[in-house]
Amino acid sequence: MMEQIITQASSYAAQIDNVIHLIAAIVGVWLAVAFYVFFSFIFKYTRKRHPKAAYITGETHEDGKWVHRAHFVVIACDVVILVFAAMAWHHVKQQLPPAEATIRIVGQQWAWKFTDPGLDNQLDTVDDINTIDELHVKVNTVYHFKLEAKDVLHSFSVPVFRLKQDAIPGRVITGWFKPTKTGEYDIQCAEMCGIGHGVMAAKIVVETPEAHAAWLEQHKSQNITQNIKTKNLKKLAINK
Amino acid sequence: MTIDHAHDTHHHEEGFFKKYFWSTDHKMIAKQYLFTGMFMGLMGGFFAYALRMQQAFPGKTVPLYGVVTPTLYNALATNHGTIMIFWFAMPVLIAAFGNYLIPLMIGVDDMVFPRINRLSYQVFLLSAIVLIASFFVPGGAFGGAWTAYPPLSANANYNLTPWGASLWLVAVALEFVAFLLGGINFITTFMNSRAPGMKMFDIPMVLWTIIIASILFMASVGPLIAGAIMLLFDQTMSIGFFDPAKGGDPVLWQHLFWFFGHPEVYVVLLPAMGIVAEVITVFARKKLFGYKTVFYTMVGTGALSFVVWAHHQFIAGIDPRMANLFTITTVLISIPIAEMCFVYIATLYKASIEFSTAMLFALAFLAEFFIGGVTGIFLGASGSDIYFHDTYFVVAHFHYTFVPIAIIGVMAGLYFWYPKMFGRMMDEKLGKIHFWGTVISFNCIFIPLFYTGAAGDQRRIYNYQNFPHTNTEFLSDLRTFATISMVSMLLFQIPFLYNFFVSMKKGKVAGKNPWKSNTLEWVADSPPPHGNFKELPEVYRPPYEYSVPGRAQDYWPQNEKA
Ligand SMILES: [Cu+2]
Ligand SMILES: [Cu+2]
Repeated sequence: MMEQIITQASSYAAQIDNVIHLIAAIVGVWLAVAFYVFFSFIFKYTRKRHPKAAYITGETHEDGKWVHRAHFVVIACDVVILVFAAMAWHHVKQQLPPAEATIRIVGQQWAWKFTDPGLDNQLDTVDDINTIDELHVKVNTVYHFKLEAKDVLHSFSVPVFRLKQDAIPGRVITGWFKPTKTGEYDIQCAEMCGIGHGVMAAKIVVETPEAHAAWLEQHKSQNITQNIKTKNLKKLAINK
Repeated sequence: MTIDHAHDTHHHEEGFFKKYFWSTDHKMIAKQYLFTGMFMGLMGGFFAYALRMQQAFPGKTVPLYGVVTPTLYNALATNHGTIMIFWFAMPVLIAAFGNYLIPLMIGVDDMVFPRINRLSYQVFLLSAIVLIASFFVPGGAFGGAWTAYPPLSANANYNLTPWGASLWLVAVALEFVAFLLGGINFITTFMNSRAPGMKMFDIPMVLWTIIIASILFMASVGPLIAGAIMLLFDQTMSIGFFDPAKGGDPVLWQHLFWFFGHPEVYVVLLPAMGIVAEVITVFARKKLFGYKTVFYTMVGTGALSFVVWAHHQFIAGIDPRMANLFTITTVLISIPIAEMCFVYIATLYKASIEFSTAMLFALAFLAEFFIGGVTGIFLGASGSDIYFHDTYFVVAHFHYTFVPIAIIGVMAGLYFWYPKMFGRMMDEKLGKIHFWGTVISFNCIFIPLFYTGAAGDQRRIYNYQNFPHTNTEFLSDLRTFATISMVSMLLFQIPFLYNFFVSMKKGKVAGKNPWKSNTLEWVADSPPPHGNFKELPEVYRPPYEYSVPGRAQDYWPQNEKA
């Protein structure tokens, strides 16, 4: 269901989608039953078909039975949902698999700045590659990201990864992802961050190791210092 | 004594100003809240119109509004949310219905603190004026979302609305003051001056819901008022409570906000559930199924709502272990809420339903609220919230709770109590046009938005053309469809407004008890005079004694001796 609506491009996307499917199935059944009972009462007990209403207090044990029995089923469903939701949560947010590469992501009004560790696979060395609004990653590689914000809250969101994490000024939040499908995908900012929030788009390029190596080679010596401010002003002007 | 009182009311002919602006009569204050709330609601609806038009036709001039720039888009979205919750849902559901119904339904002549009551409305009116004024100051109105997360809201260098942000905050704080004053009055009146014979479980459910809602509000708003003052200090004096560079913490605001923000959902939900209980029992001619069960589930929901707030912050940078705790408490809320839904459905069992406009709205409330309720589980469960957080799925979900509450539930109440408020009946034919138009349009707005949210549309984006993956033709069509439905929903309010105002003069005269209802407000004249009752009623039985076997009449008013 979900994969038809939006591609799954990370190792945990399917797990999150399965939680969604599970909840959809459970609440779908409940909704169907509730609607069935509700509408059948409405059709059956109209003034015309049923002129004299019954007197039922609902306070006796016998009356309450139906409601209370349904209740145990609700609790059972809750437990199932909780278990699967917590498992997905634990996998995505709590237990980080060892990193094969670590990148830095900085959100600021209104651009994403990415730092790739470069050829030595080490952050904060001379061969780091800084890019703006474009992130290149290798497919099937476990990435850790160090997420920061410069000014206000932002939220790093990659829908095809099913990944979302707020960035907070003054903190470094570590998370992970493992891309599983090559291609170009959207990166969004999912937290209101000011007037440019609606243009804070970036792109993630998931590429094969060879393509990634070529990209690294190409950017090795290139010193990318783009003036973020002018770039954004330009962007705003275009979109106005 | 009877004659005296009637004479009394006729004697003091008040001036226009005194009657409409300086009144201490609970019914007049209720109407003040109602009309101010309706006005603000229309304004909030108009904002939604402008921002939805921008989504459907990005960059085009919106008829009656103009071009929606990113700055304006943010201001409209922020204030749409703020207005609909604080200046529409709360004043209408709690203040208007509460003020109107509490004294009448407990059988007394007025609130115990009529002047505090008057002050409450005046502060509320002031708060509305401050909010509206924020659109006309340099920099324009605040656009940092109705949740106002710092550092964006705390610093004018970031939000670019130096005046708008502070005025917004002051307006919200004033609104809280108004509702604290009102709440004190409601609770005191309710506890101290009920009609003789009216025991705890003889009180109509709608009053319980309003009282529980007032208690929830008063118990949850404290931290947010403190937070608002801290934020105001940050804005005006750069103190830095929420500024990490000065040792503050922006996430603290989120805790203070949502500690209030989640119970607030129930502050508006409960009165709507109460209204629906009154309406369905009358038009189903049925006793409310399990009065005490309803009561306890309401109290249970209210209590639980204090320990779920961080479900809004799963991915906000809180310790991930905390999410597990809050997922559990959140999913647990499904227990009392499901119980409520079952009980309301059970009330319809073997009923004898008359489909008046009020009843249609009450039934639609239940049906729509089921959808709103179950879609919340996707967001309360931490695992799926990682994806759905801050997408249009969230927007669709909470509109499936707030629209049933603030529009459908309110309409059920208005069509039901209108004859009492204005002494005349509303037109049923226009009412049904209004009903079907509103409810069908509403579903057509938000069902597509569940889909766009699931496909990745994140919130608060003024133009999806900036995001290639969500800029597909299909998703654009869904957004346009939602917009057209939104315009249709707005237009279907015209028959309502016409009906509402014209029926005041031209409607059929209602008489005291047109719906053959049991509760005490129907004992008074329609509309009730100053002082409400010619003779203060006494109570002999619970409120929902409909279709009692062995009686000729299918209703049994609470004040009827035998
Ligand atoms: Cu943003
Ligand atoms: Cu909540």
